[in-house]
Amino acid sequence: MIVFDNVGKSFGSHRVLDGIDLHIHAGEKIVLLGPSGSGKSTLLRTINALETIDEGHITVLGRTLPGSKTEEQQLRRDVGMVFQNFNLFPHMSVLDNVCLAQIQARKRPRAEAEATAMDLLAKVGMAHKAKAFPMQLSGGQQQRVAIARALALRPQIMLFDEPTSALDPEMVSEVLQVMNAIAAQGMTMVVVTHEMDFARKVADRVVFMDHGRILEQAPPAAFFSHPRTDRARAFLAHVVRERAKTGKLTPLDRELAQVVAGNPSA
Amino acid sequence: MAAPFTPATPAASLRWGADLEGGAPYAFADPKDASRVIGFEQELADALAKHLNRPLERVQVNWDSLIPALGRNTIDLAMAGIELTDEHKRGALFTRPYYVYQQQMVVRADEARVQVFEDLRGKRVGTLSGSAAHRMLDQLGGVNITFYSDIYAVYQDLGMGRVDAVFLDLPMAAYYAKGNPKLRFVDPPLGEGYYAIALRKGDEALKRELDAALDAMLADGTLERIYRRWDLWTPSQEKLLSFRDTQEVPQQLEPAWKRFGPMLAAGTWMTIKISTLAMALAMALGMVLAVMRVYGPMPVQWLATTYIEIFRGTPLLIQLYLLYYGLPKLGLQLDAFVAGVLGLGLNYAANEAENYRAGIQAVPKGQMEASLALGLTRPQILRFVILPQSLRVAIPPVTNDFIALFKDSSLISVITLVELTKAYGMLASATYDYIGLGLVTAAIYLAISYPVSRFARWTEARLRRAQGVTA
Repeated sequence: MIVFDNVGKSFGSHRVLDGIDLHIHAGEKIVLLGPSGSGKSTLLRTINALETIDEGHITVLGRTLPGSKTEEQQLRRDVGMVFQNFNLFPHMSVLDNVCLAQIQARKRPRAEAEATAMDLLAKVGMAHKAKAFPMQLSGGQQQRVAIARALALRPQIMLFDEPTSALDPEMVSEVLQVMNAIAAQGMTMVVVTHEMDFARKVADRVVFMDHGRILEQAPPAAFFSHPRTDRARAFLAHVVRERAKTGKLTPLDRELAQVVAGNPSA
Repeated sequence: MAAPFTPATPAASLRWGADLEGGAPYAFADPKDASRVIGFEQELADALAKHLNRPLERVQVNWDSLIPALGRNTIDLAMAGIELTDEHKRGALFTRPYYVYQQQMVVRADEARVQVFEDLRGKRVGTLSGSAAHRMLDQLGGVNITFYSDIYAVYQDLGMGRVDAVFLDLPMAAYYAKGNPKLRFVDPPLGEGYYAIALRKGDEALKRELDAALDAMLADGTLERIYRRWDLWTPSQEKLLSFRDTQEVPQQLEPAWKRFGPMLAAGTWMTIKISTLAMALAMALGMVLAVMRVYGPMPVQWLATTYIEIFRGTPLLIQLYLLYYGLPKLGLQLDAFVAGVLGLGLNYAANEAENYRAGIQAVPKGQMEASLALGLTRPQILRFVILPQSLRVAIPPVTNDFIALFKDSSLISVITLVELTKAYGMLASATYDYIGLGLVTAAIYLAISYPVSRFARWTEARLRRAQGVTA
C-alpha cells in the first residue's frame, strides 16, 4: 500500500531522511517513534507529498512520488491527515470545515456533503457543535473535528502528526478514543506520537528513527521489551523520565523503566 | 504693521505679487532663457517702479491667493490680469485700470458650428475658473464648461478635441493660439472689462502714487508702446483715458446657500463618484497584485513588485499629469473622468496590494498545509481559505486607505474635474470667504469619511464575534 524505496532528503548538508526503505501493508497500523529532529514527521509528510523528496521513490496507493501536481492532488484526496495544531479553518463553522473539501475536491452535492459531515461529527461526538466556530471549542474538540474533516473524503490511509501533543493532558484520551475506533474499523494508519500506551495497544509495528534513518522495526511488544539499539534504549529512558516528572506512571511506563534501567536484553 | 526697529527707508522695495505659472504673456519665464522673466506686466512693473523710484521685488504667488496675500502683507501690489469686478473690489483696493481686456472665442480651424457667442450653448467650452469669461459663460447658460488652471493645456485640449471651443481673455489667446494654424479666432472679441492693480485695503498712499504713474505712462505713450510690442494694442484702449471709477461695491443679495449650494453639491457628488470607483479598481487590482507577488512564479512576482514600487514611489500628481496630458502624445486620449478613476485606482492598487500581502502572510502556514492535505487546488485554497482570512486582517488598513483616497481625490482638479475641494477653491477665491466655506467643505468631507470608518470598525467587530473570539 505504501512503499518507500531508498528515499533521501537533505536541507543543505543536513540529511533529514537517509536511505529509507519501508513497506506498509493495507490495514496496518504503524507508529513512528524517535527523538525530536529524527525525521519521523518529515517521513510522515512525504506520504501525501507535503514534503518533497530528493532521492528514491515512494509508491502510495499505486501512485509514484514525486508526481505531477494533479497526481499529488488526487493522491491527497485518498490520504487523510491530522495535524498537531488541528489547523481548522477559523472563519468557517464546524460543519463547513468538514464539508469544504467534499464539495470542492470531491464535487459532492452540498446536501450529501452535509449528511456525511453530520454522520462523522456524530461518530467523533461533535454533532452538537456543528454550527460552532473553531475558536469556541476546546483543543480536544477541535482535534476531533479535524479528524472528522480528514475522514470526510473517505480516505484509504490516515496520517496522524503528533495529534495529542498540543492538548492539555485531560483532553488526550478523548482524541485517542476516536483514533482507537478508527483503527478498529481496519483503516491503514501511520501515526507519529509519544503516547506509548497507544503504540503498545494499537500499533502492529513500531518504527524507530534517529538522524533520518530507520534503526529498528518491530511489533510493539518486542520493541518495548527488547529494544536492540542503544539509541532506542536512550530514547525510551528519556520518555520514562519525562513521564516520571508528571508523576503519573502507567504500568507500561514502569515496565519500560525496568527495561531501560539495567536489563541489556538485546 | 509698523516694525519699530526697522524704520521705512526711501528705498524699501515694491513687492509685486504675480503668478508665473501659465503666466504668458503677462509675466512668465522666457522660454529661451528660463532665468529671465518677460511679459507685458513685467515691463509695466519695471516702468512703475522706475516712476516711484523704488526697487522692484517680484513675489511668486498662486493666482487664486494673490488678493489674500495682500491682506497677509506678503506683497504690496498684485498685478496679474486681475479684473476690476465687484467681487474683487470686496477684497482689495484697486488703482485705475491699465488695460482694457476682451474675451476671445477660439475654435478648431475646421469648426463651422461656432459663429457667434450664443453658439457656445451645448458645446464643451474650456476656460479658467473664476475668470470674466467663466462668468459670461455662466450667464449664457447651457454651456458644458471645463475648468483649467493651466492655460497651455486649454489650447492643447482644444486642438485634440477634448473641448469644442476656448473662451478666454484676448492676451492669452493672442499668445497661445494666434500662431497655431489648426485654430481659428471667432471675431469680434466680446465683453470688455478692465485689468487693474490690486492693493491692500486702505493703502491710499500707494494708490495715489500708482494712479499718477499710470496717468503719466498713458499720456506719454509708454503703455501703448508696451502693448504694441506684445501685439495687445486694441482700439478699446482709448477707454483707459476716460475711465472714472467710484470704487463703490453693491451688496450681495442672493442668500449664501443659493450661491454656493449647487456647486458644492456637484463637487461632493464628483468626489464620491470618483473615490468609490477608484477604490473598487484599487481593491480588485490590489488583490491580483498581492496574489501575483506572494504565489506567482519569479517573473510574475518581479512584475508585481515593480508595479508596486513604481506606483508607490512616485507622486500621484505626476501620474495624473502623465495619464491625462502625457498619454495623448502617445496616441491614447483619455476622458478626464476615466483618467481620474484610473490615476487614483492604479496608484492605490499598489497600497492595497501591500495590505493584502500582509494579510495573506498573517494567515498561519498550517492553513495552507491542511488545505493541501485535503486535496484542494491552489485556486480553491486561495478563494476559500487564505483570502477570506487575509481580508479580515486587511479591513482596517484598507479602510484607512479609502479615507486617504477620498481626501486625495482633490488632486484630480489638475485634470479639469471639479470635485469638492476645487469647488471650494473656486467659490472661496471668488468671494474671499475662506473660513466659512472652508468649514462647510471640511464638514462635508467629515460627514462622509466618519461613517465609513465607523462602518469598518463595526464590520470588523461583527466578523470577530461571528467566529467566537471575544477579545
